[in-house]
Amino acid sequence: MKIHEYQAKQLFDKFGIPTTSGSVALTPEEAVCMAQAMGLPVVLKAQVLTGGRGKAGGVRIARSLDEVREFAGAILALTIKDFAVRKLLITPAINICSESYLGLLIDRGVSKITFIGCAEGGVEIEETAKTSPEKILRLELTVKQASHLTEKDCLPFALKLLPKKSQANDAAKIMVLMAKMFLDQDCSLIEINPLVVDDAGKVLALDAKVLFDDNAQFRHPEHASMLDLDSEDADEISARVIHLTFVRLDGNVGCMVNGAGLAMATMDTIKYFNGSPANFLDAGGSSDPAKAAAGLKLILSDDRVKAIFINIFGGITRCDDIAKGILAARELFEVTVPVVIRLEGTNEKEGQALIAGSGMIVAESMEQGAQKAVEMGQRA
Amino acid sequence: MSILIDNNTKVIIQGITGRDGAFHAEKMQAYGTNIVGGVTPGKGGETVSGQPVFNTVAEAVKETGANTSVIFVPARFAKQALLEAAASPLKLVVCVTEGIPTLDVLEAYEALKQNGTRLVGPNCPGVTSAGICKVGIMPSQIFKPGRIGVMSRSGTLTYEIVWAMTSGGMGQSTCVGIGGDPVIGTRYLDLLPMFEADPDTDAIVMVGEIGGQDEIVAANYLRQNMTKPMVAFIAGLTAPPGKRMGHAGALVGGEDETAASKIKKLESLGIPVARVTSDIPRLLAEIMPVQSNLVSGVPIPGG
Repeated sequence: MKIHEYQAKQLFDKFGIPTTSGSVALTPEEAVCMAQAMGLPVVLKAQVLTGGRGKAGGVRIARSLDEVREFAGAILALTIKDFAVRKLLITPAINICSESYLGLLIDRGVSKITFIGCAEGGVEIEETAKTSPEKILRLELTVKQASHLTEKDCLPFALKLLPKKSQANDAAKIMVLMAKMFLDQDCSLIEINPLVVDDAGKVLALDAKVLFDDNAQFRHPEHASMLDLDSEDADEISARVIHLTFVRLDGNVGCMVNGAGLAMATMDTIKYFNGSPANFLDAGGSSDPAKAAAGLKLILSDDRVKAIFINIFGGITRCDDIAKGILAARELFEVTVPVVIRLEGTNEKEGQALIAGSGMIVAESMEQGAQKAVEMGQRA
Repeated sequence: MSILIDNNTKVIIQGITGRDGAFHAEKMQAYGTNIVGGVTPGKGGETVSGQPVFNTVAEAVKETGANTSVIFVPARFAKQALLEAAASPLKLVVCVTEGIPTLDVLEAYEALKQNGTRLVGPNCPGVTSAGICKVGIMPSQIFKPGRIGVMSRSGTLTYEIVWAMTSGGMGQSTCVGIGGDPVIGTRYLDLLPMFEADPDTDAIVMVGEIGGQDEIVAANYLRQNMTKPMVAFIAGLTAPPGKRMGHAGALVGGEDETAASKIKKLESLGIPVARVTSDIPRLLAEIMPVQSNLVSGVPIPGG
């Protein structure tokens, strides 16, 4: 789960990580009031759940209230990578003496909680890792080490980030607080890019990016209020509510598949046979017949869908449960497009018996099913 | 022979009294797996599928001599179940549960590793040594004993590919579903030396997807250290960047992590990549040594 910079900075405040938290404005008038209260100059930053804000004109420095009004209006009118800007973060502009990069994540390559640092800030860290890997600092930690992390543990890393002893001490303090927040909030990423030193020698987070682990949301009911529903596809959200994973694409063959890998392979196979998938839908590894019905309804809510391919390979999912769900769905609402169905694996015979005579087109394999569905989609 | 599990594997099921645990206890037994008991806190003394249920893993291991555990416990209780398994003298823990918080998995993985216990998963379909033993939820009828090792990040896509192999006359030695999460106990790289050392495995099928670099790391290892050939399948050519495709690990980070980039890299390392699953038997036939006896001729168990 992604959150906005201003929300991430509120969390930084809560955990004591020094930052420029500022205020959030929804209109140019609000921005002017806030800038007046804060004192000029100020930085105006678009709050959107994507990168590349600076390049898109979403970050401006305003030196007068007229500029605040003008720039705020311009930024609030922007759409950055499909995300309409609805909120602005206003912070006091500070004089920056140095910039560096500091991130904390779970590195799947080594299965460790890992600090990543780079003495050059404001960089594309992935690019730097590729072109100048020697510039990347790493500190790998077990969960136990992260939960007992001290400033002393962090100091050697911090000294490479900020060679001045007093600044390195401050950076080490920030690292300890980041680790605390990471564990406490079930983060999958905390990124400070840039971590800056201002003209008073103070070390602080000028930007903040935080991702939460979706699997841990049951422990954090408070995170739900941070979800920006405007920035996400409504169907993807409603799918998540019923524990389905749904991603809308732009093709005409709807897909319902059990399992993420098979769902991707099904989309790829549709494409291989010159069709175009309308969505990714993982009906999950369970046997709840209600899910199948909900999934079907979600697919049909897109009128570009001209055919549906249901591809089930039962393991923990039982084919007869899926069949029951689909038959129940057809009682509840009209399925207006041809449905190709393939049931294989656990309880396949029971499932196939249930759908016999239902009018659905039965396929013997994934490839045959994909071909048939593509054909149906083109015919419509 | 096989890897990870064989005739000496004695299994307890954590979460045996749940719907899925009980269902798959029966399926595993029917395949010939030596299930010796189950664990559900508070339900000690009951029996499921004729197997005794214990309150703790320690008790179950002591009473049954189990060396392997398979976990069906719901995600929010899974950390406790894994830590309990880590505190006992088990050799192998297979965690089927999906949706476990990553930090929980990490903590449990560290504890298991310290104890010398191998973790497979979480969020995985388990391990099957065809015709001998299965630990997990893979459908029995898709397997055919043979000489190809399979390793996969996916669940149902693994079944699809195993079934494509079986349909094409290519049997399996051991099939391992390693799981689709960002942190997993056993990775391709851990399995490759085991397959290389297994006298009954002649070739390997690697089933991968978008996200991470593990497929490439494995391919490089294979090129430098192994004699046995490999064929691959990579899912997610049509996956849009930045969207999590179901698996917590299936999100394209950098451009190196796309399916297209992985396929290109694997092919440049001389590893054939199938574009549709039915291509796998053909590609295997092309890379296999001519004299290799691919199918052992043992009848398919379970039916």
